[in-house]
Amino acid sequence: MRRRRPLILFFLPGLVLYLAVFVYPTLSGLYYSFTDWDGLSPSHRFVGLDNYLRLAEHIVFQKALVNNLKFMAAVVFCQTILSLVLALYLQRSTHVNAALRSLYFIPAILSSVSVGFIWTFIYDPSFGMLNNLLESAGLSSWSRNWLGDAGIAIYAVAGVQAWAHIGQMVILFVAGLQAIPADLLESAKLDGGTRWQVFRHVTWPLLAPAAALVVSYTTIQSFKAFDLVFTMTGGGPNYSTEILSTFIYGTAFSSFKFGFAAAASCVFLLLIAVITFLQFKALRTERVTY
Amino acid sequence: MLNRLAGILLLTGFACIVILPLLLVVFTAFKTTPEFYRNPIGLPAAWSLEHLVALFKEQPMWRYFGNSLIVTAATVLLELLLAGMIAYGIIRLGGRGSRLLFALFAAGLMVPSQVNMIPIYQFVRSLGLMNSLSGLVVVSVSVLLPLSVFMLSGFMRTLPKEILEAGEIDGAGEWRLMLQIALPLSAPYLAAVSAFLFIIVWNDMLFPMLMLTGKENMTLPIALLQFRGEYVTDYPMLLTGVMVASLPVIILFVLLQRYFIAGTLAGALKG
Repeated sequence: MRRRRPLILFFLPGLVLYLAVFVYPTLSGLYYSFTDWDGLSPSHRFVGLDNYLRLAEHIVFQKALVNNLKFMAAVVFCQTILSLVLALYLQRSTHVNAALRSLYFIPAILSSVSVGFIWTFIYDPSFGMLNNLLESAGLSSWSRNWLGDAGIAIYAVAGVQAWAHIGQMVILFVAGLQAIPADLLESAKLDGGTRWQVFRHVTWPLLAPAAALVVSYTTIQSFKAFDLVFTMTGGGPNYSTEILSTFIYGTAFSSFKFGFAAAASCVFLLLIAVITFLQFKALRTERVTY
Repeated sequence: MLNRLAGILLLTGFACIVILPLLLVVFTAFKTTPEFYRNPIGLPAAWSLEHLVALFKEQPMWRYFGNSLIVTAATVLLELLLAGMIAYGIIRLGGRGSRLLFALFAAGLMVPSQVNMIPIYQFVRSLGLMNSLSGLVVVSVSVLLPLSVFMLSGFMRTLPKEILEAGEIDGAGEWRLMLQIALPLSAPYLAAVSAFLFIIVWNDMLFPMLMLTGKENMTLPIALLQFRGEYVTDYPMLLTGVMVASLPVIILFVLLQRYFIAGTLAGALKG
């Protein structure tokens, strides 16, 4: 027991900071969600479940929820498939492959503000590279106001999110692929398996843990997205890119409905918990060993 | 053969998708404004330093850079120190208490900043820490504790117990065991975690945006955000800002890429 005493000192500074600046505010957020606080005035009223009931009927909140799911689905789909295919071609550790993996990684080290500005420019209807390229390719009918069109703006931002993170996911997939014993693949080929058969029956089952990791990481990362949407569209046009995080931000810091925004935050947290739990369940059931 | 060709096409295609936007930033930054309107994409006819000079003249760029550097360095160092101590404590304590403490920090992984931005903002304001770099460091360190404790304790758990026990028999106290055995043995991993944290803090937007209201305290990403208010759709100016703000990280990445890549692996495996 005497030996353990100094260990308390190892925990103390970090624990105090964590409890004060992280745990306490998080819990106080739960409390605010039951009040009508505007964030500025010294007093507030306790309003019970009012905020939550209003949220359930709030049209912009519902829209944000749907947009969150759209954004998440688009990012998970593009990012996972593309990074898997790229990783399959990059798994051997040659100089060229290593250089390409590093190159693909670069967008991930830029700030989301920078990435947002770069792509706002590329998507610009009059000066943007995208419309310019489409026109030179004779596809002018495809050109549009990418971030100004309520039907596609959310997917335009989702594409940028994937652009920024594919390099990271390639790294995860390559690590998973390199962990597959080479002799297994070798013997499958010797047994006369086609490339697809080898992938389908040997590589893929063994890659499943890495794939699950990529999918779960991407799901959470895209579900809690904020920076890119905030920088590129700010939730517009006409709330078509409003997601939960921008809704919370706007409700708290532009409309000064702190209590209401705190309630939205609690719902947001609950959804993240549900997603994490579902993933945890799903991950436990699929593990293959040979 | 066909597969090889498809591979080459795909790899070069995606390489272009990554490089073209970055080249576009450089091209645009070095174009004169009239040329930009004539030819918004493509190489500049004559490389002009007009925007670069204007940016440094109109904006305290060195100040922003210094702020970013101070906040990032202080946050990463404090984070490693505090999280390292907690992680060491967790593996040494053992038993129920250790599991409980670990769970307390791990639970924080579920709560992203987007969820608790409101209460943390209020808390910081009530303490009078708004618009202060040290206030931002305190918040950043706290918010990153769950992730760092998780990563570091996960790694320290893999250190051979015998080495620490041998040190103990030799009469070394906990502090010496941590500073002279546990941390040095974790050095490569600490480097990867630092690189990972560096990227997060250097690029962080949410709390700096909420907290740093004065121009003199802004970090680079927040300064960039504010440029949009000043330069609206003056893309050459905005992209010059992007170029200047991104260059240091790109150089650092080229020099230390294996740590950045190892850090990503370590960070993603937290799930």
